[in-house]
Amino acid sequence: MRWRRTGYVAGAVLLAGVIVFAAIAWQPAIPPVKSPDIAITPELVSKGRTVVALGDCAVCHSPEGHPAFSGGLGLRTPFGVIYTTNITPDVETGIGAWSLDAFMRAMRHGVSRDGHLLYPAFPYIHYTKVTDDDLRAAYAYLMTQPAVHAPAPRNDLPLPLRFRPALAVWNLLYLRPGAAPALDASPRERGRYLVEGLGHCSSCHTALGIIGGESGRYLGGGDVDGWHAPALDVLAHAPRPWTVEQLSAYLTTGLASEHGASAGPMRPVTDNLGDVPPEDVHAIATYLMTIQTSQPPTAPKAGAVADASQLARGHALFDGVCATCHGDGGPMETQLGRPPLAASSALQGPTPRNAIMMVLQGIPWPSHPKPTAYMPAFADNLTDDQIADLVVYLRSTTSQPPWPDVRDEVRRARKDLSHD
Amino acid sequence: MIELTVNGATHRVDVDPATPLLYVLRNELALNGAKFGCGMGQCGACTVLVDDRPVFSCLYPVSSTAGRRVRTVEGFGTPEKPGPLQQAFIDRQAVQCGYCIAGMIVRAQALLERVAHPTEQQIREHMNPNLCRCGTHMRILDAIRAVAATGELHRAGEKGPAS
Repeated sequence: MRWRRTGYVAGAVLLAGVIVFAAIAWQPAIPPVKSPDIAITPELVSKGRTVVALGDCAVCHSPEGHPAFSGGLGLRTPFGVIYTTNITPDVETGIGAWSLDAFMRAMRHGVSRDGHLLYPAFPYIHYTKVTDDDLRAAYAYLMTQPAVHAPAPRNDLPLPLRFRPALAVWNLLYLRPGAAPALDASPRERGRYLVEGLGHCSSCHTALGIIGGESGRYLGGGDVDGWHAPALDVLAHAPRPWTVEQLSAYLTTGLASEHGASAGPMRPVTDNLGDVPPEDVHAIATYLMTIQTSQPPTAPKAGAVADASQLARGHALFDGVCATCHGDGGPMETQLGRPPLAASSALQGPTPRNAIMMVLQGIPWPSHPKPTAYMPAFADNLTDDQIADLVVYLRSTTSQPPWPDVRDEVRRARKDLSHD
Repeated sequence: MIELTVNGATHRVDVDPATPLLYVLRNELALNGAKFGCGMGQCGACTVLVDDRPVFSCLYPVSSTAGRRVRTVEGFGTPEKPGPLQQAFIDRQAVQCGYCIAGMIVRAQALLERVAHPTEQQIREHMNPNLCRCGTHMRILDAIRAVAATGELHRAGEKGPAS
């Protein structure tokens, strides 16, 4: 009798669990539409263009070599590769059959029109904070772009993660749906709205936990594509403290005269922000400078002082490989208001990762010609030991203590790159 | 002394380890195909292959070649018997002043060895780092396309590194 009762209870609990899970994981399909179901005006489209730029949609959905917004970029996550999808108004492979409601549900809740749950590589936990008006404008803009037939490549994920309904549990933990509009007209509030919502800065600049949720200190720094996304709440404690002006210039042009050029995954972001109203970038910078910690961050563990022979090797490599551009009087030291190499964030930062990545990957030419920084990639030119010698030497030219374990870090960075 | 293997031959040279490979090729080994253009990795005139990958030899420390295979345009053929790309560049008169051409041929060689029949987009993306100031890009592309059509440079079974 007792066993049977236990069995009933267990069965009932299991059934209840299944029902609750089904209730949170199941989402209905939203009927397709033949054309956008709102009145589309040139003003709305123009506003949507700005919203889409501020949302950095193109960074992931318009990768190099693909038509605009047609997706296909492979995002390397710790769980596998997830490919971005086509958000052009193509009916079959894009969002051409999506109503405004379907679009809003995707942005607010991470649910596709047909009801399947989207992976949180798509930052709906941030886009959920965007206002109805802005989402409406983004919809109008995207639905008036050229339709491109481009099916998304198949994701490369292990089997359990291909079961999308399980994302409902992730959403319970990390998704707080609802708009978070600016509370007043101040630049600070506008900046907060853009940073938390459209800009989704913390997707990269906050450390992720084991199931890919943002679980580190908010904007306290993270890792993305092999690069270190610096902490944004200690900018005021940088060796040369960031200012609203420096930050605005950096975000708009990709170059800050006291800190250097944007690179890696930040490059397309600054390319994008060059196209939005300057007051919005100024608002982002204003807000970020208000969230600075009162205390400077604790200094990372310093490495041993490099021996003279390693510094000599690094110096010789610098003279042979880097000095044409970066040496005294070289173009990178004298043109376009660039900082001396030793002042760059990559060499001043808490870890050697970004200096190493700069050497390995350089800064590619942009696809759209505009004044920019360029640097050749040296991954095929320098051995790991040479890169370590070079980076150790360059760090020694700054006022910062030596980095520890540079050689191992070069090997790890190279390994991260080899997954491309 | 630094030992390096260029076009299958081993050489020993007495230079500083940080010396750019280009200087060693031209000044020590008299292989003058690769040119000094900008010295900044912006033009591609100095392109050579190291372990089948195209690199800017002006920014390549000679000590990096240890244990690696260097190939230059001189290794692809002779005036009497030009290689397929060299012949195609001659046939299509893809050369005006010629300064960039060694780099162009070397970079194209890397692609055609790895990909038998690259698409137009693949060719253009691959050749992107190399500039021609005379503006003969259309003929250069035409010559590359001609060899791509035959697939004769492709090394069967070799996947090769992505470039």
